[in-house]
Amino acid sequence: MTSSPIVALDGVQKRYGAFVALHETDLAIAEGEFVTLLGPSGCGKTTTLRLVGGFEEASAGRIAIAGEDVTERPPYRRPVNTVFQDYALFPHMSVAENIGYGLTVRSGRIGRAERDRRVADALSMVGLDGMAERRPGALSGGQRQRVAMARAIVRRPRVLLLDEPLSALDVKLREGMQVELKRLHRELGITFLMVTHDQTEALALSDRIVVMNQGRIAQIGSPTELYDHPASPYVADFIGAANLLDAQALGGGAFRLAGGQTMASRRADAAAGRKVSLGIRPERLLVASSAGGNALDCTVTERLFHGDRLRVELALDGATRPLFAEMARTAAAEGFAPGSRVTVHADPADVMVFETGDRP
Amino acid sequence: MTLTRRTIPGFAALFSLPLAWVLLLMVVPYAIMISVGFWTRQFPLFYPDFQFGNYAQILADPQYTTVILRTLKIAACVTVCALLLGYPLAYFLVFTVRSQKLRNLLYMSVIVPLWVSYLLRAYTWKIILGTDGALNSLLVSTGLVSAPLDIFLYNQTAMVVTLVYIFVPFMVMPLFTVLDNIPRRLIEASEDLGVGPFMTFWKVIFPLSLGGVIAGATMTFCLSFGDFVAPVLVGGPDGTMVANLLQTQFGAALNWPLGSALATLVLALVLILLQLSSRLDRAGRVDLA
Ligand SMILES: Nc1ncnc2c1ncn2[C@@H]1O[C@H](COP(=O)(O)OP(=O)(O)O)[C@@H](O)[C@H]1O
Ligand SMILES: [Mg+2]
Repeated sequence: MTSSPIVALDGVQKRYGAFVALHETDLAIAEGEFVTLLGPSGCGKTTTLRLVGGFEEASAGRIAIAGEDVTERPPYRRPVNTVFQDYALFPHMSVAENIGYGLTVRSGRIGRAERDRRVADALSMVGLDGMAERRPGALSGGQRQRVAMARAIVRRPRVLLLDEPLSALDVKLREGMQVELKRLHRELGITFLMVTHDQTEALALSDRIVVMNQGRIAQIGSPTELYDHPASPYVADFIGAANLLDAQALGGGAFRLAGGQTMASRRADAAAGRKVSLGIRPERLLVASSAGGNALDCTVTERLFHGDRLRVELALDGATRPLFAEMARTAAAEGFAPGSRVTVHADPADVMVFETGDRP
Repeated sequence: MTLTRRTIPGFAALFSLPLAWVLLLMVVPYAIMISVGFWTRQFPLFYPDFQFGNYAQILADPQYTTVILRTLKIAACVTVCALLLGYPLAYFLVFTVRSQKLRNLLYMSVIVPLWVSYLLRAYTWKIILGTDGALNSLLVSTGLVSAPLDIFLYNQTAMVVTLVYIFVPFMVMPLFTVLDNIPRRLIEASEDLGVGPFMTFWKVIFPLSLGGVIAGATMTFCLSFGDFVAPVLVGGPDGTMVANLLQTQFGAALNWPLGSALATLVLALVLILLQLSSRLDRAGRVDLA
């Protein structure tokens, strides 16, 4: 990052009693970035977001926003606004009153006309013209979501915080809203910090993704970096999917699997004797009926139809966990019936190596 | 084939039971009371009749109108004081007390007095406010006054104090419930939008708690409006309330027709009030979901 970050967490930690929801964390977000906190439920994403918003007090560490230390500041003195997971619209106010709410009290310097104009602008920006007088109770889930967005952006925050903004919407609506989020981010030019547990959402929207695991950052990177170069089996399996195979390094880029078969990788090496995990993405496993280079013998156990693609479950000789392979629906692929003996190939360039245990 | 309610014979029987109860113990007595209000009295007997003399007498005699107005005034004072005491208390319990255990404990300590005899609770204030009471002992022992004062007891202030003490739980209960039901997210959303705690209270918390204010005020008002113990125990010569008049008419004065007419008036007043409060409540009701 060239300029100073808009959001900076410096050794921030959050404890609830003895339970550590967020371990000491450093994170810097650049102005204008779209950053996503991604991880399974309970990994501390919302906690991190709430720390930035000021709804939780950090147990340790400092938080700076736009160059100012805000660690001790309440939410109403931070230049950020939040789109809450359940929207948190005020039920006793109309849509327009909800959106104008943040402009009425502290921004007393704004005139009535100016306020009305900004509310109208925000309404049309989220495509809700004509809904101004409705009560939130009379809106659909998607419309409420838009009101929550409008209410948060109308104050022109430096950073917009979004907690699972699309999770309450049905699938069709969610895809449409993804496009809109991206458009809003581009048009507003402000920093977005979003929480999600949905990796496709994170991959589609983010400039950078912060993958979290049990209160820690597992890896930070662009979607392609995380997909192509995951730092751990956890990230490999969470971003996209990965077949993970326990193996032992033989040296020279060769590895022996638990069942005795061998695999080669050109991506990384490990000292002979080290325990590793090999990761191969399902779409990079080629299933064939005949033997080839860098191949493993398997038996097809299940074949799942996925529209234009097929997903095949395989039992690797001598391994306990099944392998998955994905492929286009070709005539050859249709032939892999459960029970047939096949071999799977992986390009050594597609075999990821993660060192796991210590030297034996 | 669908079963209609008619096809289940037990259904009708089951639901006619409470209906009979209501009819026998509520509708019939009210009907009797209202009709007796039109009877005439020739001491010491009453004769069935249909005339408005009793009502005319009540409205013409300042003795009755004064008492009715005084009762309204005292009930209003009690309601306002109970609200001013009960709201901060409920707010404190819901938003300030962090520990769930402590909150329930404090809430119970507000509610528990309701299990203590009503008379006993009213009598407490006679002991506190009397010339040889706790308040005077304190004032004398701290040297603030040289001799016990007799200004605390036997006046309308003492009645208001006693009634507020007795009925404040009825104010706190609905307020606690509505405040406790306000999603914390809404308060966070308000602060997120740059609004400090003070304005957040006025623009979010208070409007959303109006239902509880109305419910608590209605209960407190109706209960103190009908009270007859506080006037007897701590009220002075100018402390008579409507319920005491009723008691006299049905007792010592032996004028049931006048008493019934008065009771009908009181009933009408309370019904109008309840109607008003439910209208207000419906107008301000919001869906918290
Ligand atoms: N107020 C709280 N008290 C105790 N534990 C909490 C509290 N808030 C969150 N936690 C715990 O912290 C962990 C992280 O929560 P959260 O940040 O909400 O996870 P998520 O990644 O699903 O958003 C969870 O295990 C949760 O149970
Ligand atoms: Mg969450």
